[in-house]
Order: sequence, then structure tokens, then C-alpha cells
Amino acid sequence: MLSHPDLAKLIFGRLSLDSLPLHEPIVVYTFIAVALGGIALLGTVTYFKLWGYLWREWFTSIDHKKIGIMYMILGFVMLLRGFSDAIMMRAHQALSFGDSHGFLPPEHYDQIFTAHGVIMIFFVAMPMVTGLMNFVMPLQIGARDVAFPFLNNFSFWMTVSGAMLVMASLFIGEFARTGWLAYPPLSAIVSSPDAGVDYYIWALQIAGVGTTLSGINLLVTIIKMRAPGMTMMKMPVFVWTSLCTNVLIVAAFPVLTVCLALLALDRYVGTNFFTTELGGNAMMYVNLIWIWGHPEVYILVLPAFGIFSEVTATFSRKPLFGYASMVYATVVITVLSYLVWLHHFFTMGSGASVNSFFGITTMIISIPTGAKIFNWLFTMYRGRVEFQLPMMWTVAFMVTFVIGGMTGVLLAVPPADFSLHNSLFLIAHFHNVIIGGVLFGLFAGITYWFPKAFGFRLDPFWGKCSFWLWVTGFYFAFMPLYMLGLMGVTRRLSHFDDPSLRIWFLIAAFGAFLIALGIACNIIQFFVSFKNREKLRDTTGDPWDGRTLEWSTSSPPPKYNFAFTPIVHDHDAWWMMKKNGFKRPLGGFVPIHMPLNTGAGVIMGAISFVFGFAMIWYMWPLAALSFVALLAVGIGHTFNYHRDYFLGADEVTRTEASRTELLASHV
Amino acid sequence: MSMKLCRGLLACIAILLLAGCQTVLMSPSGDLAVQQRNLIITSTVLMLLIIVPVIVLTLLFAWHFRASNKKAHYDPDWDHSTILELLIWAAPLLIIIALGAITWVSTHKLDPYRQLERLSAHQPIPEGVRPLQVDVVALDWKWLFIYPEQGIASVNELVAPVDRPIQFKITATSVMNSFFIPALAGQIYAMPGMETQLQAVINAPGEFKGFSANYSGHGFSGMHFLFHGVSEEGFSQWVEKAKSGGGDLSRDAYVKLAAPSENEPVAYYATVEPGLYRAILTRCVDPESPSCMTRVDLSPHDGGDSGAMLQSGHASGMAAMATQPHSD
Repeated sequence: MLSHPDLAKLIFGRLSLDSLPLHEPIVVYTFIAVALGGIALLGTVTYFKLWGYLWREWFTSIDHKKIGIMYMILGFVMLLRGFSDAIMMRAHQALSFGDSHGFLPPEHYDQIFTAHGVIMIFFVAMPMVTGLMNFVMPLQIGARDVAFPFLNNFSFWMTVSGAMLVMASLFIGEFARTGWLAYPPLSAIVSSPDAGVDYYIWALQIAGVGTTLSGINLLVTIIKMRAPGMTMMKMPVFVWTSLCTNVLIVAAFPVLTVCLALLALDRYVGTNFFTTELGGNAMMYVNLIWIWGHPEVYILVLPAFGIFSEVTATFSRKPLFGYASMVYATVVITVLSYLVWLHHFFTMGSGASVNSFFGITTMIISIPTGAKIFNWLFTMYRGRVEFQLPMMWTVAFMVTFVIGGMTGVLLAVPPADFSLHNSLFLIAHFHNVIIGGVLFGLFAGITYWFPKAFGFRLDPFWGKCSFWLWVTGFYFAFMPLYMLGLMGVTRRLSHFDDPSLRIWFLIAAFGAFLIALGIACNIIQFFVSFKNREKLRDTTGDPWDGRTLEWSTSSPPPKYNFAFTPIVHDHDAWWMMKKNGFKRPLGGFVPIHMPLNTGAGVIMGAISFVFGFAMIWYMWPLAALSFVALLAVGIGHTFNYHRDYFLGADEVTRTEASRTELLASHV
Repeated sequence: MSMKLCRGLLACIAILLLAGCQTVLMSPSGDLAVQQRNLIITSTVLMLLIIVPVIVLTLLFAWHFRASNKKAHYDPDWDHSTILELLIWAAPLLIIIALGAITWVSTHKLDPYRQLERLSAHQPIPEGVRPLQVDVVALDWKWLFIYPEQGIASVNELVAPVDRPIQFKITATSVMNSFFIPALAGQIYAMPGMETQLQAVINAPGEFKGFSANYSGHGFSGMHFLFHGVSEEGFSQWVEKAKSGGGDLSRDAYVKLAAPSENEPVAYYATVEPGLYRAILTRCVDPESPSCMTRVDLSPHDGGDSGAMLQSGHASGMAAMATQPHSD
């Protein structure tokens, strides 16, 4: 590149033209497709002169609703990437038998299953869960925004920055070939000297900053900003599960940060925390990462439980059965989730008493979880269950999730785990709970709150197509894996000798294909709904006859959410208000204190990306420069005193009047 | 129509169960694996006691209380019943108490470190039978089996006589692997600088698949071997074959073998340098290496409270017992 090799090395570190995977045709074609898509997208945005609009209204927005929506978009885009990995693995495993070695060489296949896990957990499930909490929770507690609006924007852009690093690894260098948790010694510098593990470390560290800060933000919001009268035991269940999830985030993510920081020290400066030399021990990493990793599972699934609770109550036309026991069950799960981490490595030689302890604590979690299932069951009992899409997802969840729960408890029996650990049975189990629990929950939540976010419902026809394809696809894709696990087939294999296994992989690949169609229907659904938005318009703000406060405001809600902060007397606050003949206030509005947009979050996210990229490729001067820049922008932003304004009473009056008109015109 | 669907579903489940019964985990050949299989079945049946009613009730309630069924009882304010709530906590609690008790007992009984108490359900261990010692080393990406008593070693082939307890001591050279022969017993990790153990017995002659069950890098998919359960005579013959046809596993030969390679063919070693396994475990194959653990003072486990679990097969003297993850 440069004539002077030392100078080139100083500037570009270990990055060279050889780092581009030009020898991998699949990657090259993907790159061409992504590049064309990207150019088309940027071209469209430029052609319609949308840059200013995007920058002012979205990128710099500190409105929790818009940030929530952006998180959802990020999650959905990354779902497409994570799913492409999944379908490549399924196709490869279905082909790679006997003399055929499939279409992916091991070094590529190993990156794909690592990237699939990392992306699905960190950049699909996490952003979507955070996005829904961001959008819904403040509305449900009658707040105007989160506690720290700028921090919210910053958290989002840090997550984006991490996601972009993972995407960059596809085309520049390589991603980790270690499995999604990057156990040393495999992830140590001796076994993985290339940039893959560094991409992993820096992507997760940068996104982790965002997740931790967002956890603090939402936690403080729930503690401090509830509407008057909303005591803890009057909070909607989704708020409760959000609270517990954010407690888990705040307590668990620092462990991940430390764990990855120690791994980074081992790799960058030659310390020996997790090496086999000089007293280092890889099992410390395994312990640390699972002390984060197990709560992480509940970080994902608790909000989904909250969504199901809201959906079941709304569509059964009944209050949630056993509110108090639902709350206690959530809290018990939160606490217990810290006492089970060792069940991920029973087979690493712990003694029988240690294994029994962690096995039994794991099983105990199934008690509150079981109670929750029964609570939803009895919410439907003596109800009038309307099978709108969110409710369909909920019923599919209940049936699917108990199967995953059962196989999970089975895996918690240590001697059974000795046979099933690391097998495809395990893979089937956690996809069963994560797809059947988290993802079905997210779909239920997206369909349920979409009209609140955009003012029109999602098209039910394409939604139902997607529903049936996803659910049947799921069963086709993962039930064979249970069977393969019982046949003693282990995970992460890129080639098989035994042809009798093949039929099961073919069925699983067919399932993945059905899911692909399901995702296609999702995308069609978004387009069709947007096209028919006038027909699907929600003018009332309360399209499902809901029970909680978010349905009391317009769809989409005004910037300030509520012209007057509601006063809460019971849970299902909006239901009670409707029942008691609540009248919307039509006048007497006062100015509302609002936060101002700022570009600091985007800029710091972008600099973090540069910093991460420089660290990955050993570009020390750039790393130092970007780090200083990051600090400078961060500190500079604290001197920005122009951060809030008052929305005048006249504008509030105008906004509310137009809603009055809308409501009147559609009665 | 729904009857047909039910019948179809039942048929599917039956086919799955039949296929499931023939899998290696459901019809294993080693006593430990058989007991693990029984435990899997017992636990599953116990859980089905609650899972099946939940699934049936979910579908039933969803159907019966559908909005269009105006005949169904509708109670718009009913959201609490102390008796029901006690029941819904008690039912899973009872199952878990039963399952927890089973877990505690079986985890101790089937601890891979525990000396076998029987050969199989109807066969006690005859007096004076000593377990066959096998030292297992996971290398990049092949398995080395050292037979200290016979003084031989093999790569990617494991042979043991039927109905004789086997004591595996397991370690690895570079990264983590997991030593797994599904027909014989559950898996246990092979980790560098650490030793894990497995006590097992094979009850039927045959060829069984063994492999690494923990992803270990590029050559992972090819890291499998065959485990042969043979008669005592067959075992002696196999030992003779190794002794007559194999090379010498000196430290140098070991260093060569340890270099990463994939899909390694079966190989035999007629002799093994004494103390080689110990040197691999303590990372002292090159005694000058900074990672050699004899330089680090690690107090040896000399039996003591966990004596029943730890076989002190080697003299403890220099002992430099590498880290024992097994703590109780």
C-alpha cells in the first residue's frame, strides 16, 4: 500500500489486502449483493432528500419511542443476517455427508456458527427486547420519556456500532471460529492468532456499554418515573418483567465486560488469566462467562413473559389471573437465575455434590415458570379469547415453550446431561425456548404494539401466513435435532460419515426453508401494511380494547406521550379509567418540559466503531486518536447546556385538539 | 377433522418414539450409559405428568373459551383464586421435589469419578478384578490412548475387554475437547493442564463410535475414533498386535504426533516412554518449558476426604498434580 513498510504497518497495523476474503466466492458474492443493496438504499435516501429528515427526526432523536423503533429495525435487519447464517449451516449439514464436503470449508463454516450465535443473541434478541422495553415501558408507567434521554440515544448507537463491527468482519478479515462464547484456550492468541476473536471481543464490548447503560436507564425510569398512584404492585406485568430484566442486565453485563477484558488482556498484552501457562486457568473464563450467560437467558425471556401476560389479558377480555403470583414468580426467577450457571458445564469434572446443587437449583426455576404458564392458562379460562395474531403467537408459545422447558429440566439432571451435553439435543432445547419463548414473544409484541407505534395495524393475512410458516417451520427444523441428539450427534460438526443421519438433516433444512418463507411473509406484511395504512389506520389509540396506559394516548403518541400525567388507582389502569367513564381533558394544557435532540450519540457511536476497528487491526495511532476523540466528544457534550426546552401550551392544545377531531370523526 | 389430526399426530409421535428407541443413547451397551438412559426416561415420564395436561388444557381452554363460543361461561372480573394458585405452585413443586431427590441420588451414583459397584444390573464385580487403566490425551485433532499397564499406546482406536471396569484418566494438549463414547458412558471434558476421570464398563462386544463432543477448531469434525469392545483374548491379541507392529512413543515422537493434523489414521505404539502421560498432563514434555507445572507449587491431592473419588494411581512424590477440576 505505502512504499515504506514500517509506516504502512504503523498506520494499517496487521490489516493488508490479504485480509480481504477475495478467495472465498461466497463472501465475494455476498459482498457484491450487500454493496449493491447498500448503494441502492443510500441512493434512494439521497434521491428523496431524506438525509436531513433522518438525521433530525431519527438519528439524533432522544425520544424513547423513536429509539425503541430504531432498536427494532436494527434487530430485524440483523435477524436477516443471522438467519442467512442459519440457513447456510442447515444447507451445508444436509449436504456434507460421506464424500461430499458441502459447500463451506471448515474455516468458513466455523465462522458462520459463531456469527450466528453472536448475532442472534446480541444483535437480534437483545436489541428487539431493549427496543420493546424502550417503546412500551415509559408509556405503560405514564412517563414522558426515560430517565436519561440522551443516554438512551447513546446506548442505541453503541449497540449499532457493535453490530457494524460484526458486519465488517464478514468482508474485512474474518470472524471468530470459536463458538459464540469463545472459550479459551481456543480463543487465546496461540490457537486463534487472527483478527476473528478480536472482532468478537470489541463488538461485544462496545455493544455491551450500550446494553449496560440502557439497563441502568430503564431501571431508573421504572423506579423513579411511574405515574402517581402506580405503586410497585400496580405496575403492569410487562413493566415488572422489564424491571427484573434490567436488574439482571445491570448486575450481569459488567461480568461479561470484565470477562472479555481479561481475555483481551491475555490476547493483547500477554497476561495469563485463561491460558494454560503460569497458573492461568480456562475454567475461570467458563465460569465467568456463564455467570453472565445464564442470567442473559432470562434477560431475554422475562420481557417475553411480560408481553404474553399483556396479550393474554387483553385478548381474553379479563384481567391477568394471579397478578401477585405472576410478580413473585418473576422475582424468584430473577434471583434464581444467578444460582444455576454451572449447569452449562456439569461435564467439566465438578464433583457430584456441586453438580447436584446446580442441577436442583435449575429445576427449581421451572416451578415459578410453571406457575406463570398456569396463570396464562387460567387467564384464558372463563374469558372470551379473541384469536388475533398476538394471541395466536401466545398459544403457540405456551405449547412450544413447555416442551422446551421439559427438555431443559432434563438437561439439568447431571447424569442425563453427561449424555446430552453439547449434542444437537441441546441445540434443539435452546432454540425451542429462545424461538418458542423469546421470538414468539417478540412477534406477539410487535404485532400488538405496532399500531401504537405507527398508527396503523399490521396486515393480518400476511401475519397469519408468517405465523403458520414460522411455527411449522420451527417444529420441522428442531424436532429432528432432538432425535439427532439422542443418536449421539454432537454440535458444530461440518462433516458426517454416517449416511443414516442424513434424512433428519434434510427435514431440518426443510424446516429452515419454511422459516425463510415465514420471514419473507414478515417483510411482505410490513410492505402491504404500509401500502394499506389508511385501511388499517387506528384512529382511537386503543385498537385492541387494551387495559394499560399506553392505550390511553393517541397512536402514534405525541412527543410528550401524555398531555397530563395520568393518576393510577389500580393495575389495568386504562381499563379502570374506561370502566369509570374517563373523559379526555380538552383544555387547560400547560407547557411541557422536553429534552432536545443531540447528535452526540451518533458521533460517539461512530468514533467507537473506528476505535474498535483500530484495536482489532492493531492500528495503534488511530486507536489512540479515536479514543481521545471519544473522550473529547463525551466531555464536550457535558458542556452542552442547550439540552431541553418547553413545548408551549398552545402546541399541546393544537395536538390534543386534532386528536379530539380524529376521535370524533370515527365514532 | 380434529380426530384425524389427533390420530395423525399420535402416529407421528409413535414413529418418533420408535425411531428414538433405536438411537445409541436409548439403547447403549455400557452399564453407566444404560443407567443414564433409564434416568432420562424416568425424568421425562415424571415431567410429562405435568406437561401433557398443560398442553391439553392450553388447547382446550383456547378452543372452548374462544370469543365466538357464546355458550362458554364468561367471567370478566375473575382473576384470583387462592386454592387454584396454591395448586399451580404446588403441582410443579411436587414434581421437582421428586425429580430433585432422583437427581441428588443419581448424580452421586453415576459420578464418572466414582468406582464402579457392579458390571451391570445382574453382574457384581468379581473379587480381585482391577480396572483397566487408559490414559486419554486429546490432541489437535486426534485421540491418543496410552495403556500404562500394557506399555502400549494407540491413536484413534480404543480397545477394551467386555465386562472389565475401565478407568480413564483424561487430559488434553492445547484446547478443550470432550471425550465421549455414547454407547459406553456420558462424556467428560478433556482440558489442558487438568485431569478428569471416567470409570466405565462395556457390557457387549462390538464397535462403537467415540468422538470429541466439544468443538476444538479446524479439524474437529474428523476427531473421531472407534471403540472396540472385545473378549479378554481379543484384547490380548490386540495388545500383541500393537507391540509387534507399532513404533516407539518417545517424547520426540509425541511432539511430532502433537503437531496439528486432521483425519489421522489409526496408529499403534509398541512402547511408551515412562511418565509421558504425567508429563503431558503437567505440560512438562519439554521440562524447560515455562508452562511446566512442576515449577509451580501445586499441592497434590493425596486422597484425604475425597479418597473414594480420586484414584491415586501414580506415586504422589513429585506429584505436581495438575489442576483437578473435581472438587467436592
